[in-house]
Amino acid sequence: MAKITFITRDNETFTVEGDAGSVMQLAVQHNIKGIDGDCGGVCSCATCHVHVAPEDFHKTGEATEIEKDMLEFDDNVSEYSRLSCQLKISDVLDGITLKVAN
Amino acid sequence: MKKSEFPDPFEQARLEHGVGEMDDQDDPVVMVLRHKDLRQCAHNWQTFQSAAVPGRIVVPSEVNIRDTRQIPFELDPPEHTGYRALVEDWFRRPLDAVYEANLTEQISAIVEEASAKDAVEVVGGFSLPLQSRALTLLLNIPYAEAETWISWGVHVFRSEETALDAGKANILYDYIDRKIDEAIEQPSDSLYSVLLHSEYQGRKLTREEVKGVMILTFAGGRDTIINYVTNAIAYLADHTASLERIRNEPDIIGKAVEEFVRYFSPLTHMGRVATHDTQVCGHAVKADSRISLCWASANRDASVFEHPNDVVLDRKTNPHVAFGFSHHKCLGQHHARQIMKVLLRVLAEKVQSIDMLDGDEKIEKWGEFERKVGFERLRVKFNKKG
Repeated sequence: MAKITFITRDNETFTVEGDAGSVMQLAVQHNIKGIDGDCGGVCSCATCHVHVAPEDFHKTGEATEIEKDMLEFDDNVSEYSRLSCQLKISDVLDGITLKVAN
Repeated sequence: MKKSEFPDPFEQARLEHGVGEMDDQDDPVVMVLRHKDLRQCAHNWQTFQSAAVPGRIVVPSEVNIRDTRQIPFELDPPEHTGYRALVEDWFRRPLDAVYEANLTEQISAIVEEASAKDAVEVVGGFSLPLQSRALTLLLNIPYAEAETWISWGVHVFRSEETALDAGKANILYDYIDRKIDEAIEQPSDSLYSVLLHSEYQGRKLTREEVKGVMILTFAGGRDTIINYVTNAIAYLADHTASLERIRNEPDIIGKAVEEFVRYFSPLTHMGRVATHDTQVCGHAVKADSRISLCWASANRDASVFEHPNDVVLDRKTNPHVAFGFSHHKCLGQHHARQIMKVLLRVLAEKVQSIDMLDGDEKIEKWGEFERKVGFERLRVKFNKKG
């Protein structure tokens, strides 16, 4: 079980809980604005882009090569960018905060 | 070669040069073949524009058969951004539960009807009616209208003799004009009416702008959906175990939807016009000349996809560009995905297996490249699930 906090572009904060699947799926289930997950989580659409809070970045680790490629041309990319479809929910992610990028 | 095998004609050129060249009505095209180069070019609208003369970014060029600008497709930011925002929510409706339920009802009826026959010609007798009926949902208009579109045949712009047929294109344009007139006279909750009442920068959309969105909607989602559906049926006919797997592991359907669109890449490529002298992959591109973003080639790039020429139904990482890349990503992508998702689900539920009978491939010619994109005709037998 992991508690994950999303902060949307409108600065709304939502803390939700999940125990399986990806962070993108959790966000979509809870209608988090700005996380669409159009491709269902295969890393082809980049509509689940988040910025991990710097203090939590050690929990998620950095983006994989393929994520970096997909994010390369995103206007809002930062060193803390991840595609949330590639973040698997586990206890390790408990307590992290993610800012929705778009 | 199995009927459902779709070879990659671009591999050698992609590896050796990164680009291919072709002529199109004396307006040559440099085809961008590598995944990374393509993404770069698709993103760089300042150098590779969409807002050229209407019809020019399409390959084959439609400049001789169309004056209306397709919106938001033939625009660049910032105009593109504004128009896209106007229509984005409408084109996300396929994700709604009611839309999905209606689509399931339509597709179930088509599959049941097909399963009752000894043989079905898939292109005209299955995929075309499926695509046409589903389009009534996207446009939010009465189901019966699909019969008119089915009567047009498989291609909106093409006839047997020629890749571009102004006569056939005019059937569509005149039809859209009539429908806009009807919507002006009798407003409803159709896409026509919604567009007629939409505002861009504080003013109502013009009739020509509404027509531009409608042409895009009709043209963009016809051959592409028909090929997507037909090719998936061919694949499942050739691979009975895959249909069984989808039945036993419905969770892989989402990934199969993505994998089919990557592997089949129903739209081979889309053009852009260079705004100044530049280069792609070391190849000079002159101002006001065309490049194309070859989705079909990029989707087989072995530097991105493991076993790119295999269909891996549950491919986990699949950064395909079959729906395009960057701000011009396919407006109809949600509709297309929902169609395939529902189709796979319904087939798993109602069909035991599909027998491949016979078929003729549809081959496109792009300069030195010959690409199988689908079928001219494909005959199969759907075996009902007991």
